[in-house]
Amino acid sequence: MSETVAGPADDVRTDGVPTDGVPTDAPQPDDSVPAGAVAAAGGDALAGTGPRGEVGARTAIGSRGEAVGIELRELRRAYGEVTALDGLSVTINPGELVALLGPSGCGKTTALRALAGFERPDSGQILVGGDDITAVPANRRDMGMVFQAYSLFPNLTALDNVAFGLRLRRVNARTRRRRAAELLELVGLGHAGRRYPHELSGGQQQRVALARALAIEPRVLLLDEPLSALDAQVRASLRDEIRALQTRLGITTLFVTHDQEEALSLADRVGVMRAGRLEQLAAPEVVYAWPATPFVAQFVGTVNRLPGRTVGGDLVEVLGQRLPAVQLGDAPAGAAATADVEVLVRPEAVVVTARTTAPAGASTGALGQVRQRTFRGAVTRLRVDLVGPTAPDAPVEVDGRPAARTIVADIATAQASGLAPGSEVLVTLAERPVLVSEPADR
Amino acid sequence: MATLTGPLPAPSRPVASAARAARAARAGWWRWAVFTVAAVYFLVPLIAALEFSVRGRNGHRTLGAYGKILSEPGFGSSLWTSVKLGLMAVGITLALLVPTMTLVHLRFPRLRRVIELITVLPLVIPPVVLAVGVLGAFRTAPQWLIGTPTILGFEYVILALPFAYRALDAGIGAVDLRTLVEASRSLGAGPVTELFRVVLPNLRTAVLSAAVLTLALVLGEFAMASLLLWETFPSWVVHVGASEADVSVAVSLVALVLTWLLLMVLVTLGGRRGGRAFVGAMTGGTHDE
Repeated sequence: MSETVAGPADDVRTDGVPTDGVPTDAPQPDDSVPAGAVAAAGGDALAGTGPRGEVGARTAIGSRGEAVGIELRELRRAYGEVTALDGLSVTINPGELVALLGPSGCGKTTALRALAGFERPDSGQILVGGDDITAVPANRRDMGMVFQAYSLFPNLTALDNVAFGLRLRRVNARTRRRRAAELLELVGLGHAGRRYPHELSGGQQQRVALARALAIEPRVLLLDEPLSALDAQVRASLRDEIRALQTRLGITTLFVTHDQEEALSLADRVGVMRAGRLEQLAAPEVVYAWPATPFVAQFVGTVNRLPGRTVGGDLVEVLGQRLPAVQLGDAPAGAAATADVEVLVRPEAVVVTARTTAPAGASTGALGQVRQRTFRGAVTRLRVDLVGPTAPDAPVEVDGRPAARTIVADIATAQASGLAPGSEVLVTLAERPVLVSEPADR
Repeated sequence: MATLTGPLPAPSRPVASAARAARAARAGWWRWAVFTVAAVYFLVPLIAALEFSVRGRNGHRTLGAYGKILSEPGFGSSLWTSVKLGLMAVGITLALLVPTMTLVHLRFPRLRRVIELITVLPLVIPPVVLAVGVLGAFRTAPQWLIGTPTILGFEYVILALPFAYRALDAGIGAVDLRTLVEASRSLGAGPVTELFRVVLPNLRTAVLSAAVLTLALVLGEFAMASLLLWETFPSWVVHVGASEADVSVAVSLVALVLTWLLLMVLVTLGGRRGGRAFVGAMTGGTHDE
């Protein structure tokens, strides 16, 4: 988070997860771990809320040595015509959890598989802890991996699955059984050691897979969309547990996902990928509030694109308001005295008030009519057709789709009661800096 | 195989269950009709053979033919030859197909079509052509190979290819082999460990099916053995039949029952936990319990 910019970013954390889905403060029961199981596991096994040192000492799992850093240098990989990685460079600090986020086909999975050793890059280097491991086969890379599909060995019990890696390392039977049992307890499945994978729920299977990956005390943990096959509630709780475990063990982790909510809520830093390249790699708050490119702005969260005009210095005129402007990415601010620009506004920065309650002589903002109201829990999303005289003539775009003069707003549900579809409203923007970009850059 | 049955269908909803029941009844009627016809088709020859084998002089019933089986010259040696050839064919087929198919499935998926085509060839090439072709191809081979029935074992590998391939292919298609292999590799497994600890145990049923089919094929194959003039069990049965028809039929029935029992044993082993232990023992074991 940049110190010099205040504004939209401050909202991010107070609003909770800024994207679609379950509100984070709602209760999230998890069907896959009965309360009794957690209690049996000592209660603190997964919560991750207790003092870290204490728990770590008790289980003696993980932290085999110093956490290692990872560096992907200029990775290239092409399958015939298709370029999956186009000079990808990523640096992951020791103990950090980095999420690679992007649409399908952006190369994020290829990047993870290259790091795991399942794909050999055409060129480029992979460094782990300073050593070049580009040529090291997958089975000697010492990386724990959790797969998207259920990858447990169906012929082995949960316990044997977790012990598999230890067995290959010739750990004696007693030790590996004890360690496997410890790990199962760590993921809240201490009671399920004798069950076969087909006897476990999807969430439980992924927990066992996580335990299996951690059992070999890997230097790096790789998570390949491990939550995508699970239903929403299990996904949310397992997500939090993965984060708690990762923080506790301090293991360098690469997480690949197409789900922005997952990436933003889980990662220390989020890397947004497009077409085999990294568009931006930064803290979730930064990626959300100050996207480096229009693609990032559009892919992470929802964004309104409004036509605007820069006026002197660092101000931009949009919807009849003058707001401080921040240039997208590295573009120099205020290059031209006045220029047509595109103003990017998050839905939560749009203020919608009923026309009757608006100040009589309001000279700013645009008149509009509510077209659609979607209840989303804590916030309500409104789609408002702009009709007012202060709205510019140019068509407004939403999420890159021309949606003639429509703006998307998220407002607190308590304030949305009077804003039924069809009601006349006044649309203004919150008095905060807004992002601007060149209008023709798409 | 009987052990390949999938999960039970979801229970039907009570709505419209009457119509469904009526349809099921009609379908059931057809099912029984087809079953009866098939049963008659298969059972009549067997019953006729049984009746013939116990027919004595002057309309008496006798088990004499069965008594003569063991004393018949060549019975033991021809049966032993066939069993040996069967086991050899099973061994070679599995050793050849399992690693190859795994590799093709994981690394060269485009070759699957080619492999599939190759495995069908034995079905379309007449046995005469195969037999003569094999003799020609092995003309310069050492005497221990072409001078003994061993050469038949290799021919049976070829004959069994279509069946073994399909059995294994179904097994490979039923598990996400790629993910399992990658998971084992990230845990530190090399290619050999992968094959024995991951691929084989998860293809257990398919491997057993392939083995059973191959064995059954060898124990009943006549054309090849007779063309190459080796006395295997089937060719011995035909040979005996020329002089003592009743003994020949009796032996055939005994062989049928024995083969069937063998298949049942293998299928049972492939079924539940017993099968797991069985394959576990064969593959070095992966169990801690």
